[in-house]
Amino acid sequence: MKTFQRRHVLRTTAAVLALAVTDLGTFALAQDKTSVRFGYAISKTGPNAGGAGITTLPNYQLWVKDVNDAGGLEMPDGKKLPIEVIEYDDRSSSEEVVRAVERLATQDQVDFILAPWGTGFNLAVAPLFDRYGYPQLAVSAVTDKAPDFVQRWKKSYWMLGGGHDYAKALAAILADASKAGTINNKVAMISVADGFGIDLVTAARPAFEEAGIELVYDKTYPVGTSDFSPMINEASASGADTFVAFSYPPDTFALTQQSQVANFNPKVLYLGVGTGFPIYGKNNGDNATGIMSLGGIDPNNQENAAYRKRHEEVTGVAPDYWGSVITYASLQMLQEAIKRKGLDREAVSAELSTGTFQTVLGETKLEENQLRKLWWTGQWQNGQFVGVAPSDRDGASKIVLPRQAWTK
Amino acid sequence: MLVTALLSGLVLGGTYALVAMGLTLQYGIARIMNLAYGEMIISAAFLAYVLYADAGINPVVGLLIAAPAGFLLGYVVYGVMMRPLVARAKDKASLEIDSILATFGLLFVIQGVLLVIFGANFTSYNYLNVAVDVFGTNIAANRLLALVMALVLGGGLYMLLTRTLWGTALRAVAVAPASAPLVGINVDKAARMAFALGGALAAAGGVVISMYQTFTATSGVVFTMKALIVVIMGGVGNILGALSAGLILGLVETFVATYIDPGLTLAATYGIFLAILLWRPAGLFGRASR
Amino acid sequence: MKSVLSLQVALFVVIVAALAFLPVFASPYGLTLMIGMLGYVTLATAWALFSGPTRYVSLATVAFFGIGAYTVAVFSESMAYPLLLLVSAAIGLLVASVVGFATLRLAGVYFVIFTFGLAELIRQLVTWYEVNMTGTLGRYIFLPVTPEGIYWQLLGLAAITFAISWGVGRSRIGLALKVIGDDEVVAAHCGINVARVKLALFAVSSTIITLVGAIQAPRWTYVEPVIAFNPTVSFLTLIMALLGGANRLTGPLLGAVPLFLLFEWLSANFPNHYSIILGLLFIAIVFILPRGVLAFAEENWKRWRRHEVKTVPGVAE
Repeated sequence: MKTFQRRHVLRTTAAVLALAVTDLGTFALAQDKTSVRFGYAISKTGPNAGGAGITTLPNYQLWVKDVNDAGGLEMPDGKKLPIEVIEYDDRSSSEEVVRAVERLATQDQVDFILAPWGTGFNLAVAPLFDRYGYPQLAVSAVTDKAPDFVQRWKKSYWMLGGGHDYAKALAAILADASKAGTINNKVAMISVADGFGIDLVTAARPAFEEAGIELVYDKTYPVGTSDFSPMINEASASGADTFVAFSYPPDTFALTQQSQVANFNPKVLYLGVGTGFPIYGKNNGDNATGIMSLGGIDPNNQENAAYRKRHEEVTGVAPDYWGSVITYASLQMLQEAIKRKGLDREAVSAELSTGTFQTVLGETKLEENQLRKLWWTGQWQNGQFVGVAPSDRDGASKIVLPRQAWTK
Repeated sequence: MLVTALLSGLVLGGTYALVAMGLTLQYGIARIMNLAYGEMIISAAFLAYVLYADAGINPVVGLLIAAPAGFLLGYVVYGVMMRPLVARAKDKASLEIDSILATFGLLFVIQGVLLVIFGANFTSYNYLNVAVDVFGTNIAANRLLALVMALVLGGGLYMLLTRTLWGTALRAVAVAPASAPLVGINVDKAARMAFALGGALAAAGGVVISMYQTFTATSGVVFTMKALIVVIMGGVGNILGALSAGLILGLVETFVATYIDPGLTLAATYGIFLAILLWRPAGLFGRASR
Repeated sequence: MKSVLSLQVALFVVIVAALAFLPVFASPYGLTLMIGMLGYVTLATAWALFSGPTRYVSLATVAFFGIGAYTVAVFSESMAYPLLLLVSAAIGLLVASVVGFATLRLAGVYFVIFTFGLAELIRQLVTWYEVNMTGTLGRYIFLPVTPEGIYWQLLGLAAITFAISWGVGRSRIGLALKVIGDDEVVAAHCGINVARVKLALFAVSSTIITLVGAIQAPRWTYVEPVIAFNPTVSFLTLIMALLGGANRLTGPLLGAVPLFLLFEWLSANFPNHYSIILGLLFIAIVFILPRGVLAFAEENWKRWRRHEVKTVPGVAE
């Protein structure tokens, strides 16, 4: 062992210690606030950037701009404070997102932290939000365990339902259509071998069985698969009238393209994430009509229509038809709760749990910290992706089955 | 079913081979381990997308713009970044480490620029997504184009390398960069040419792939890794090796998906790759001395 | 000479002890920062333990890191915590032995890509198994481990890694490894059992990496293969070790600490241009150290060593 190297170790250690100690020195002065600090960590690079870049980040930016353009965030005394944003890139790594949130809470001491993108990342940071007392409005997280999480982390809010909700709604639609004689009761199903796909497929299997639907093809494929022709051929040969894919955006796009090439025309075509992306409608035009997926909107909701228009004007891209509007609505809820209760995070959290809010979704209220008024199934109709289930909900469009064959 | 699986496999493999050939030139002849290779592919994909979506130029014409642009980019990158590294490298290992570090940096730069310009969104468009009937199987024209290009370019390059004086010089540089100058070969020029050609191939691959595959500013790494696997499997610097390794991978994936389980396709890819390396540590067509 | 040695050991103990008290002073964020940094210091040192002297560039880091994290996730409900770590280490050791046995005859870039393929293969197999056999993918870890606990464990592991690395450098094996790195044929002719030495080192290094994954996993609450087997871990480890100098004891440390802080600073201050700046910095580093990063480290090290030999005569390699 060399003394010189020792010295290096010492020097490095001293630097680290100094750094850690200065952490102690910085703290927010309890002066009169001139702004409200919001922070978030989001995947700007890495494999999650694609999803975060469409559902989450543009809505954060849009909302901050909307609020600041209106003079700032309104406090209970009517005073308006501008929003200041601290933004970190978590580089699609769990370790990074944990560290970034810890930094926001303890180093930057922001007033509120917005949730990261993705089920896994929201779970990774949930203990931190809880420990530091921040409300966590987790939108881009689909999980059946939300009721448990709410017990564990009292200030967590889960806004996008769970796999069972979507699977049951789909099973009900298929069972009805099968009874009506529109389709046979056979389903071919594929799913991506990742959190989302597995959650849905494990929920779908029992739901289909219960609804009397027979699964004739049921396979899982790895993330990053680019060629779906073997699966499409198998599904096509299986005699099923329904093809279900719990897929990710690149897969959803590829499946659509390859189904057209293979002239594969299931009467019901249900695809996963990406179906509700505006680019999907744009790329596929009339061929998108009749294709189903998760989410949807009420085409007659003027608030929502206005939101979509503004989103496109401000961020340059149209919002997707599933998580985007809910992300924006979650921010409006937070904004309204702050207006009612101020910057006291405890009171704001309580208000989020119990209050009723007017958002782009209409009147919004959480049930046991979960948003339950969601569109479980949607369908492309007349160039829009509209909600069709639950069919008894106000603003539901009527489902159109079977879908037309591909036009070339 | 067998014919269908065979054809789908070949078409998929064509994409892999197309992507890998440029890298095998860059690494095999110019001796630069280019980790930014996938970013060059993605840049070309974005170029094709912009030309098609904003200027209405169809991607086949886009190919004629992107390939020379890729050549130029490769030429400049080699001249500015790589030549100093080659000049100062005292042996193969130190050039390898230097080029890995430098192109790792280049990877981030290109990716960062793409992120700033295009954002992180999924990008996709449809072009030539029409069925072509091949022996009773419907194959997408855009994917078929990738296979045809892989075969034509692969065959052409192979002829070029083995049948022309210029190609022989390139191969000499690959085998013995130190001795090549003794027989009057300009090593620097040859290596730069190979690197630029690799860039042109990457760009061509990017344009074709963009017609059917969804891409984002950050998905280059996936292509680099797939290409690396094909290159290593086929033997470094060997065009025919890359071509056959690509086709083998495509066939394996499709057959596993059809007859075993689609969930095991990627596992099978890596499995076969590892098996081939254990069987032939220098790749299918690799020279034992490597 | 003996007194110098004991002085060094004492110094080492003092530094580790001082670091052990850090959580008392540090802010939560400071602690988090230290956890991340210690994680990478350990990874890079363990990586260099094998790859430094043998010059086998391994990208399998995340394979073992992920195995550790995943084992903890799988057994977190059914086992006591110390047992969890033992089991992870055992699995890591087993996989490393099998893999090492099969692969160490590959050389150069073939080994690099092979190890990358290995990491991906393991991820695919874990995914496939989870999907088809257990029907779930994500797993939850609700262990009552505090950040302080994780910090201390990592610190302990880092200290052990340094001790092993130091011990190996001084031992007969270390010398054997140096010869292997320089010339395998010569090594074999000298009567060194090349395969066994390489295998042993690979196994030890991989086991340490497995433990880093196992210790850090409880911080994430939720683990799925994409999260546990994130290839970035392999690349960062490699870059840190190469930058600092992989065949020096403190080389990986000197690479990991500044790079880690740099990443943190960049992602905090330039979230939108992080990639570009990082890339330019990388290129700049390669060019500013004109004779190659490793050569630069070597050169300086030689200079330091000359200097040292003068002041501390008798300290052998």
